[in-house]
Amino acid sequence: MNQLDQLESKSVHILREAYREFKSLCMLWSIGKDSTVMLWLARKAFFGHCPLPLVHIDTSYKIPEMIAYRDRLALEWNLNMIVGQNKEALAAGMTFPEGKITRLECCKALKSEALKHTLSGDWPRMRLNHSTGQYEVDTNTEPFTGVIVGVRSDEEGSRSKERYFSPRDRQNDWDVDDQPPELWNQYKTDFAPGTHVRIHPLLDWTELNLWEYIEREKIPVVDLYFDRGEGTRYRSLGCGPCTACVQSTARNVPEVVEEIRSGKFANIAERSGRAQDKDDGGGLETLRREGYM
Amino acid sequence: MSTITKVEKEHMDVVIVGHVDHGKSTVIGRLMADTGSLPEGKLEQVKAMCARNARPFEYAFLLDALKNEQAQGITIDTARCFFKTARRHYIINDAPGHIEFLKNMVTGAARAEAALLVIDAHEGVQENSKRHGYMVSMLGLKQLAVLVNKMDLVDYSEARFESIKAEYLAFLEQLGVHPAAFIPVSAREGVNIAASSEKEMPWYDGKTVLEQVDAFNKIRGDETRPFRMPVQDIYKFTAAGDDRRIVAGTVLTGIVRAGDPVRFLPSGKESTVKTVEAFNATERTEAVAGYATGLTLTTQIYIKPGELMVRADEPQPRVSRRFRVNMFWMGRPPMVKGKPYKLKVGSAAVSAELAEIIQVLDASELTSVQNKQQVERHDVAECILETVRPIAFDLRNEIEATGRVVIVDDFEIAGAGVILEALDESGSVMAEHIRAREFSWERGPVTQEERSARFHNVGKLIILHGVYGCGKRRVAKQLERRLFDRGHKTYYFGISNYFEELDHDVRTRDRGREEHLERLGDLARVITDEGTLLITTVTDADDYDLERLKLMTSPNEIFVVNLGENPFDNYPIDVALPYRPDMDEALDTIIGKLRDNGVLHK
Repeated sequence: MNQLDQLESKSVHILREAYREFKSLCMLWSIGKDSTVMLWLARKAFFGHCPLPLVHIDTSYKIPEMIAYRDRLALEWNLNMIVGQNKEALAAGMTFPEGKITRLECCKALKSEALKHTLSGDWPRMRLNHSTGQYEVDTNTEPFTGVIVGVRSDEEGSRSKERYFSPRDRQNDWDVDDQPPELWNQYKTDFAPGTHVRIHPLLDWTELNLWEYIEREKIPVVDLYFDRGEGTRYRSLGCGPCTACVQSTARNVPEVVEEIRSGKFANIAERSGRAQDKDDGGGLETLRREGYM
Repeated sequence: MSTITKVEKEHMDVVIVGHVDHGKSTVIGRLMADTGSLPEGKLEQVKAMCARNARPFEYAFLLDALKNEQAQGITIDTARCFFKTARRHYIINDAPGHIEFLKNMVTGAARAEAALLVIDAHEGVQENSKRHGYMVSMLGLKQLAVLVNKMDLVDYSEARFESIKAEYLAFLEQLGVHPAAFIPVSAREGVNIAASSEKEMPWYDGKTVLEQVDAFNKIRGDETRPFRMPVQDIYKFTAAGDDRRIVAGTVLTGIVRAGDPVRFLPSGKESTVKTVEAFNATERTEAVAGYATGLTLTTQIYIKPGELMVRADEPQPRVSRRFRVNMFWMGRPPMVKGKPYKLKVGSAAVSAELAEIIQVLDASELTSVQNKQQVERHDVAECILETVRPIAFDLRNEIEATGRVVIVDDFEIAGAGVILEALDESGSVMAEHIRAREFSWERGPVTQEERSARFHNVGKLIILHGVYGCGKRRVAKQLERRLFDRGHKTYYFGISNYFEELDHDVRTRDRGREEHLERLGDLARVITDEGTLLITTVTDADDYDLERLKLMTSPNEIFVVNLGENPFDNYPIDVALPYRPDMDEALDTIIGKLRDNGVLHK
């Protein structure tokens, strides 16, 4: 059993545990490599199926290739695809790209708020109709109380403190100082009514592990991760206006793996291209305490 | 495509433990800095921050990524850091030293394959140095290195190092723990972390911390032990056009192959492995320790999540309702007798209670505190636990992975323990409860014979059992109508609907259910004694549920009607009816059998 086998088995175990314990469960899919690997792991866990609805929060500023890729896989893999959005903020132009609010305020409105209301079901949720290929308003407005999220503990400090099963209260607040113990494959799966739970199957994975796994399993990823002739690529995907490309000529998965394993990115933090992380010292932690992933 | 040969590095989880302020975070900070494992610019960034705030730089600050930690200067939760050596990739779990954060320490230690225990050379062995040593040993961590830190504060004194080593070795010996090394270090000065200590401590010729970490052995999946796989779930994705019925779980030990005879415990059901299933993988015929897998069987047997799957041709686990454990308690409320807790072992969850406290141990002194009536927070206790239904397990010294339990109190994992011994069931709490209840049961002047003569029936709990939608509720209500019309004393008790709703939110069957059955049993004991035919419905019961209801209702006992497939292996049901039976036929059959059994006499 090599390291990737170990990581895969642990993640699969956690996904199955979540599926057994929570009735109202969904998985967040940001279309990036992490959550796409997580989706793949779900297909591993459930033998080719993904019995969980996938939720994507569409800020409308995602790079168009990401949306096309999302819908292609959703149809191909028969995914129960649900999309949520902060329509009000977008209609009012209350966004960073429109110049009206800061980056962090924009993340909060378009991601955290949209996510909170999409999960609770009090904003309309769009669901992919597989027979028409179109998104329709979902008639099911039941709240999701369990949410599977693809964060990794090597990404940044606050994520290194996460549990595999992490309770949040009704306001999505995270009490980082008082987290449940986890030992011997036993996680906190008993919750008082009203508790929300974040489940993190990818906690132990590193950026390098992910790319090695993508290579091994031949998982299709958006080609924004590769140099398409301009000497640049995305290392981390987010909203177009706030995510910068990195200088890189890696054109395919093996070249990306090499670049992270021993090449130019071996010692450079992955999120160095994310502008919102830099706005203040604890910007990401502040966001995460308010419900950001 | 790169031409560089791929050398896959090993990966290991290490935990670092020790008393507060003995320097764990500094050791980690040093390990990361000295192995070049920090993101570019991180060290400079933290140094600049320290300069801005006019405070001296410390390696510990590297870890304190969270704002509130920087404010308080302590590590609150198990932070996880990554560092790499030429040999391996490591995750190092930083376990906080404060006693309030014991559950975080336990979480970090339970993930790890090896432990570094830090002792301050200046302060010497403290309470938590010992407590953590005990926890590490109890959690089953076999590899331990002790770092005597802050040697710079004691002038790198060999005598000081040797005296701490002697004191702590004596403690570990009592636990049967044999540390791999004692290393004198100064994390602040970087002595004996990555660089050797020739200059500062010429008297020391052992390994540096990095050399020791690389010298730890990788724990391999235990394939040589008997096969054990807790059944996590049974999948059948029929809606997606898939007719495989897959038993899913993670193999803890051993190996199973297609064609092997297997047994599920505690139910005792048997079958044979047909296939080993996997998505996007080459076809395989075996499942080995460590893998999350899925198996299909040659026969359709009804098994539930929570059973332990074993091979029928290998040494078997224990199956019992009573066992002796060594456990520690992390819950704020103490563990007390007579309170229902939830016990989790493997993938099973079952209601349990504390039957007896044998001794409570002071983990730092290893002395026993006698005559304690409850297990308090941070106590380590040897005690007897009792579950309402049998569970399958191994003893911790036989197969560690299946010899571990956790105890959930009010939604929280409050206790964790290892099973030392399986006990027989005589003197169980339930039997004792029934015995005491019947002993003090006091009756009025009306005799059972008089009641029976008036109502033409004896009291009995009549259970209609079957899967959701089998028609049991309809039959139950019509049965009440007909018995009543014929002059019997009867009552339809429909409270199960309420409990089914309660259970609706979870896929597992245990929650709330034990309590439901217990209340039903206690109530039925009174109502049946008073001469009533109490009719109720129960969904998804098993042999143990019925045995328990029978015991609780005794001496009046129960009468079981099953609709549809009979899921009971041993419990003899009284009437077997088809799924959604014809009403008149069903009522005639039930009433006929009640008459045959002497429950009705008219």
